[in-house]
Amino acid sequence: MVIDHRQHHLESIRATLSLVIYPLQYAVSLPFSAADWAGEKLSTREKLLEENAQLRMQQKLMMAQLQKLSALKVENIRLRELLKSSKNITEHVLIAELLAVDMEPFTRKIVINKGSADEVYRGQPLLDAEGVMGQIIHVNPFSSTAMLITDPNHAIPVHVNRNGLRAIALGTGAPDVLDIPYLPNSADIEEGDLLTSSGLGGRFPRDYPVAKVTTVVKDPSKPYAVVKAKPTALLETSREVLLVWSQESPRNTDNANTGEAQSPPAATPGSALDSETNDDDTMTGVNP
Amino acid sequence: MIGAQRQGGFTIFLTFVVALVLTMLPLPDWGEAMRPEWVALVLIYWCIALPLRVGVFIGWIVGLFLDVASGALLGQNAIALAFVAYLAIKLHLRIRLFPLWQQAMSVLVLVALYQMITLWIKGMIGATTQGWSYWLHSVSSMMLWPVVFTLLRFLRRNYKVR
Repeated sequence: MVIDHRQHHLESIRATLSLVIYPLQYAVSLPFSAADWAGEKLSTREKLLEENAQLRMQQKLMMAQLQKLSALKVENIRLRELLKSSKNITEHVLIAELLAVDMEPFTRKIVINKGSADEVYRGQPLLDAEGVMGQIIHVNPFSSTAMLITDPNHAIPVHVNRNGLRAIALGTGAPDVLDIPYLPNSADIEEGDLLTSSGLGGRFPRDYPVAKVTTVVKDPSKPYAVVKAKPTALLETSREVLLVWSQESPRNTDNANTGEAQSPPAATPGSALDSETNDDDTMTGVNP
Repeated sequence: MIGAQRQGGFTIFLTFVVALVLTMLPLPDWGEAMRPEWVALVLIYWCIALPLRVGVFIGWIVGLFLDVASGALLGQNAIALAFVAYLAIKLHLRIRLFPLWQQAMSVLVLVALYQMITLWIKGMIGATTQGWSYWLHSVSSMMLWPVVFTLLRFLRRNYKVR
């Protein structure tokens, strides 16, 4: 049975059993969401006004940055057309909520309240506002289980944002430590470097922040440098997560014109609230 | 011989549901490390009290649900709980006669065995675990056994589970 599971023949059984478990999980997480809800309902008017003003401010800042972004995006598209290297894809995003349930000790897994009914699929990347969180490992009808990037069984291909150095970030089981193995002592990596997903392997979308390097120890007597990083995503505190559909999914087939020179302004600069454009190279698109 | 006397199946079912819920309840990190193996405790109790009704098969089924609930490998808890149920039934006559503290010691051994089996399976699939704190679950299960025992005995007598 255990061996069978490694080949994933038992997903359907798991999904069926989870139908029974889901109400329990929902019941367990109910007091927590109720507390959230009550906290929102009972907050005072001034507090809401204050928060409102703050959010307005934030939105203005974001809008200002977005203006620049659309210009950059247009430029990027033009440059890519010059290179004739890749295509644009539209990513579709859905917000899911965490169910407050504890999983096996020593693993880092979470349950979210979206499942195959919302076209969630296995291996789907999971983000929050700050960065990559993990990926879906089990899909059930109304819920799914995700493995966080800090799980000891998880690895994500990353590159250093500053210079494009490629690496792999392994989970350690500790809530806020990632391990970056197999970097030689001469590798150009420093504390404070931002690691972003490299998109190699095709599972995670490119250029989302993953972690910040916290320690680099270069010991000449060891073959590799010891590099640790801290995930940028709020893995332990996020209540809402983002599910991302990238190009292979059946959800977005609207973007088929890859070869033609599409007029840059039409390239969806903020066309919908929940979609954004991002470029995703295939395996050839490694940074210099 | 058994026939007509069976009743209170719903109570048994409900205790397992509560055990599953307690297993899933979010706790802070220190609480997580101390969390007793509720499902194993309840299973051991019913195996000792009603060995003709609750046994290896029930243990296996409950273990499957535990696997799904905790996101573990399917079958990992199932096989461990089935084994625990088997041992508990084998020893039920002896354990029943023990005073409570001695029962708690046997429970420590049974739950530790349960943890050992899951640890083996986890080791085989390459999951790492953190040292000795892993066994705190067994110790806290032992500590809570008197409470669980009295509570479940009360339920069994009150609802005439036979």
